[in-house]
Amino acid sequence: MSKTLAFEEPIVKLREKINELEEYTAVNDVDLSSEIVNLKNRLVKLETEIYESMEPWDRVQVARHPERPTTMDYITRLFENFIEFHGDRNFGDDEAIIGGIASFEEMPITIIGHQRGKDTKENVKRNFGMPHPEGYRKALRLMKQAEKFHRPIICFIDTKGAYPGKAAEERGQSEAIARNLVEMAGLKVPVISIVIGEGGSGGALALGVANHIHMLENSTYSVISPEGAASILWKDSSLAKQAAEAMKITAPDLKEMNIIDEIIPEVLGGAHRDANKQSLEIRSTLRRSLKTLGELTSDELIDNRYNKFRSIGVFSE
Amino acid sequence: MSIKQLFKKKSKVDQHTMPSAKSKADVPEGIMTKCPECKHVILTKDLLKNGKVCPSCQHHYKMTAQERIDHLFDEGSFESLDDHLKTENPLDFPSYTEKVEADAQATGLNEAVLTGVGNIQGSQVAVAVMDAHFRMGSMGSVVGEKITRAVEKATELGIPMLIFSASGGARMQEGVISLMQMAKVSVALERHANKGLLYISIMTYPTTGGVSASFASVGDINLAEPKALIGFAGRRVIEQTVREKLPEDFQTAEFLLNHGQLDAVVHRNDMPEEMNKILKLHARKGAVLV
Repeated sequence: MSKTLAFEEPIVKLREKINELEEYTAVNDVDLSSEIVNLKNRLVKLETEIYESMEPWDRVQVARHPERPTTMDYITRLFENFIEFHGDRNFGDDEAIIGGIASFEEMPITIIGHQRGKDTKENVKRNFGMPHPEGYRKALRLMKQAEKFHRPIICFIDTKGAYPGKAAEERGQSEAIARNLVEMAGLKVPVISIVIGEGGSGGALALGVANHIHMLENSTYSVISPEGAASILWKDSSLAKQAAEAMKITAPDLKEMNIIDEIIPEVLGGAHRDANKQSLEIRSTLRRSLKTLGELTSDELIDNRYNKFRSIGVFSE
Repeated sequence: MSIKQLFKKKSKVDQHTMPSAKSKADVPEGIMTKCPECKHVILTKDLLKNGKVCPSCQHHYKMTAQERIDHLFDEGSFESLDDHLKTENPLDFPSYTEKVEADAQATGLNEAVLTGVGNIQGSQVAVAVMDAHFRMGSMGSVVGEKITRAVEKATELGIPMLIFSASGGARMQEGVISLMQMAKVSVALERHANKGLLYISIMTYPTTGGVSASFASVGDINLAEPKALIGFAGRRVIEQTVREKLPEDFQTAEFLLNHGQLDAVVHRNDMPEEMNKILKLHARKGAVLV
């Protein structure tokens, strides 16, 4: 049984009640089947109700669910012949970002993504999916490699942010992110970025200067975490729930602001309920995106990316 | 008077005199300035003459965008761009509009950056000067748009681009839109670079967060003023994550120079000549390379 999130509690309670009744009928000689059917119908209704009216903070919880599928989970389900490539050829190999080549429905592609861990041990190894500069430089190296061999690039965004540490600063965290933004702008191949969990600030954007940006329904993309926003704006990090609403960080919010292209629907209750089914949804979006972008020339791809980011901003003249 | 009385602390209220409104107006405010670093006191007009650099300890005071232009550009050569752009409140943040308007009043700018085209000792450049007196120099839609347009102007005219950064990073009140300004300026800079044009980034106090992690760090030449604070994450955030004491000079211009992130640290009063030299060495003879 996966971790229960606060907003899911009514569902869990009802499910427990049904289980209780079922156990009771099994042991005792009482027929409660009609009640059970009733309750099961109510459960379906309740689930639809709750999952279809999720508040921003509920989505943040789903996006952060410890069992939420990671980049690697999608790589194994979406691509064939994946080979992981390591290192930035300069300092080291940052395991908070993975990348490599594979085929997607017969087409060679390059995949790059933030990689979280699912348990403490793996999270330590992956630095909780928070990259150092060498992670971004590895990503850029693989993008340039993809460009050379005319492979489309698919990025999975899933990070709380670039790592705020001493070594990261010494090795130029700012420059590593900044360089990716500029270089991605000029890539001659299609770039598709999909936010699969948390899209945290510059550390996310460094894999996000794409032709198409898609977001899983319950993922978030923001300039700062809700906790960080609350503590800066209201000097109180416990107001994170309100900040999550005010900052407009959910997929529907970003779609409305015209920043992303598609919202990829999630399986009921969130991607962690069924990674296989979730991958099918991602697959169809990816197929569509690759087809559209495949029709553009290198110059058109660069112009398309230029116009996409050029138009973001709200002001009056 | 007894000895005891002699040493008794006199009540402050006894001696306090309140200047009348009239006499207050007689003394112009800020005639003298005290250096926050070495406490050296100097006539404000002498400080301004010295490029707002303390003559005693070389502390570089914050400059307004206009002061920066006056300090560096040939007199009368600078023409500003896009002063008419106006900040909106896309996320309906309470009191955001009022705060922006108050800073606009106080600084005389429409937003936290002044952009335009002008000459430095005869060399024509496009420039964006951020002003940390306006919402900490943070970058929202208008800042992103003004810098982008200035870069596009430089590309169109085939001239170098200079950006003086002074910013705490992204403008929180504009949420993810402010994050995307990092990408917006970057795509414009890529196009400028692609034409073989020069981009000089000059980092001043402070250059942090999203500004540091985008255009400020990717100049063909990265310069900084002495002791300027430059970094990605805030010092306190890092101290909390690494749980160790950070070196005194952490995230200063000198620290970045030592770690290979800067081409040079340049004293403000050497900047005009240094800039002149760089620009002359990049001057184009003949047709513009496309």
